[in-house]
Amino acid sequence: MSDNYILEIYGVSKIYGAVAALKDVTVKVPQGQWVAIMGPSGSGKTTLMNIIGCLDTPSEGRVILDGLNLGDLSHAGLTAIRRESIGLIFQEFHLISYLTALENVMVAQYYHSMVDESEALAALARVGLRERAKHFPKQLSGGEQQRVCIARALINHPKLILADEPTGNLDEANERLVMDILRQLRAQGSTIIVVTHAQEVANQAERVIVLEHGRLAQDRLNGPPVELGVSLVPGQGLNETLFSEEPRAESSFSRKTG
Amino acid sequence: MICKMALGALGRQKRKNRLIILTVALGVSLAAALLGVMFDVGDKVNQELKSYGANLNVVPRGASMLSEMYLLEPDSEETATSEQIEKPADNFIAEDELFKIKMIFWAYNIVDFAPYLTVPAKISDKKILLTGTWFNKRLSLPTGDVVDTGMTNLKAWWKLTGPSGDDQDLTGVLVGRRLASELDLKPGASFQVQVGDKAKDLTVRAVFDSGGPDDERVFAPLALAQELSGHQGLVERVEVSALTTPENDLSRRAALNPGSLSRVEWDTWYCTAYISSIAYQLEEILPSVRVKAIRQVAESEGAILGKIQLMMILLTIMTLICSALAISNLVTAGIMERSVEIGLLKALGASNLSVIFLFLLELFLVALVGGVLGYVVGFGLAQVIGLTVFGSTVDIKTAVIPLTGLMVLAVTLMGSLPALRALLSLRPTEVLHGR
Repeated sequence: MSDNYILEIYGVSKIYGAVAALKDVTVKVPQGQWVAIMGPSGSGKTTLMNIIGCLDTPSEGRVILDGLNLGDLSHAGLTAIRRESIGLIFQEFHLISYLTALENVMVAQYYHSMVDESEALAALARVGLRERAKHFPKQLSGGEQQRVCIARALINHPKLILADEPTGNLDEANERLVMDILRQLRAQGSTIIVVTHAQEVANQAERVIVLEHGRLAQDRLNGPPVELGVSLVPGQGLNETLFSEEPRAESSFSRKTG
Repeated sequence: MICKMALGALGRQKRKNRLIILTVALGVSLAAALLGVMFDVGDKVNQELKSYGANLNVVPRGASMLSEMYLLEPDSEETATSEQIEKPADNFIAEDELFKIKMIFWAYNIVDFAPYLTVPAKISDKKILLTGTWFNKRLSLPTGDVVDTGMTNLKAWWKLTGPSGDDQDLTGVLVGRRLASELDLKPGASFQVQVGDKAKDLTVRAVFDSGGPDDERVFAPLALAQELSGHQGLVERVEVSALTTPENDLSRRAALNPGSLSRVEWDTWYCTAYISSIAYQLEEILPSVRVKAIRQVAESEGAILGKIQLMMILLTIMTLICSALAISNLVTAGIMERSVEIGLLKALGASNLSVIFLFLLELFLVALVGGVLGYVVGFGLAQVIGLTVFGSTVDIKTAVIPLTGLMVLAVTLMGSLPALRALLSLRPTEVLHGR
């Protein structure tokens, strides 16, 4: 049953002409788990993420997201799932250059439901950027831009957060800030799937899935996430009321190899 | 939010948008100018064609069918006796009723008219025809309007070697080129004309060259012809020059039998300036006359006008297509440049329809600026065309404004079709991960 799992992937393959980007991958992710997908370039990480994110469809196999079989959905249905259930974080941030940080967050609100400036400001506050709301992307540092991207991903309260190399373009300090935010989201019970090359990023996750040549090569548990407590802005910790929930119990982790 | 996004995007692609504005403005200006001229060209070309003569012939109901059909007049070879001059009264039209010609429904389409009364006469034993007419008569209508009309305008192509006729100068006449040559008459020369027992001394005001049989006649003020013939206050026929709408099936059917039309068809026909409906209205207001269209002239005018308007429409369409092609490249390039942004919106859950809406909103805002600019330039261009080709300015009809709006819409939509296709087929996975 899908009751305990936000995501179920059964025998998924993706074929591009003569090339199989994914081969018979089966994974189940319970609600609230932080999963890292690793693997060398061309191993199928991004393809798997695109399929989970309803940006692509598998050539074979079944994907069930929050109880819905994605194969049964039309193009518009997949768009609706993306809008309602998924928050996307990109390596290159993909902020709209002519909109402020606040407006970039509100774009996601606009396509989801109603624009609510106070809610968008709250989302920026969650990532420590309340004071930078009126700044344009070019006025923000790489780390700040990525935090705006995270605020945009969070604004519609998605059931699943998909992050593609979220720290790939960041320096060490900004990487720490972003990882802290992800940890706190995890602490709140968000389900997070991170695609990464970086072992230190994967180490933060509870579970690591390794792909090689499109196949599932490893699926292991890391243990509970590390403790929180890093301030994002000097003198201002992360919003304690929003991020005060306890991490999920170890027992809820699941393991399934393909 | 959508407006903020649209305006933000417009501000970012200033150079491309300026080019789109310029392209739309160029296309729309040319199309608006052509449309402006096309709507006005009917009047303009009609005015031009009016200089080639009348298109309606008004004759008394009692006139013989043969004379009417072939526009026969007294034969100058016949002896000009008083018996022949005398005709039954129903062979004439009362001069004092002619003002009614300018009081029909299509009065403003009556450009000019001139009555004629032809009298067989003799000059030095040579039998000639002397035709009385209005050269440039000023009529005061019961409506209070004042109208100048007469043969001077109606026969504008005549070449005169001297001043035109004067309705008040009852001894001054115009003599046809061939007759003047035969009788050795020159402007200023005096001669005596005999009509029956009456003789009158006249002076040549000018010799005219009509390029036709009129060159063997003498044209005199109507009052003189009436005095010589004894038909005071009467005329034989009237030539009318009217601005008309090109003939079509409806007008041809109506010309044969207005009674055959349905009520709606009749209303349409009556309220359109067809030559047949103008003729019908003239017969309504002057019950003692028959009005016949000089069909060749009317149909030639209609054909010329139709061809000119068709050419204008084709040029307008071609101009719009060229503009659409030109902007399609710019717009498609713009979409390609913004593929990541469009991919992002799709990834965030924007439907194809909402992305298209955003894109078209931006494009229409740019095109609107181009359209307004194009309309203003087109207005000026229409005046240049009007002044260059017709020697007068063009009245831009209000219908051109909504049509210009539709043209902007059409150009924008046509020009954006390839870009829309690219936009629909754009997959977020192909642009967001740099693949």
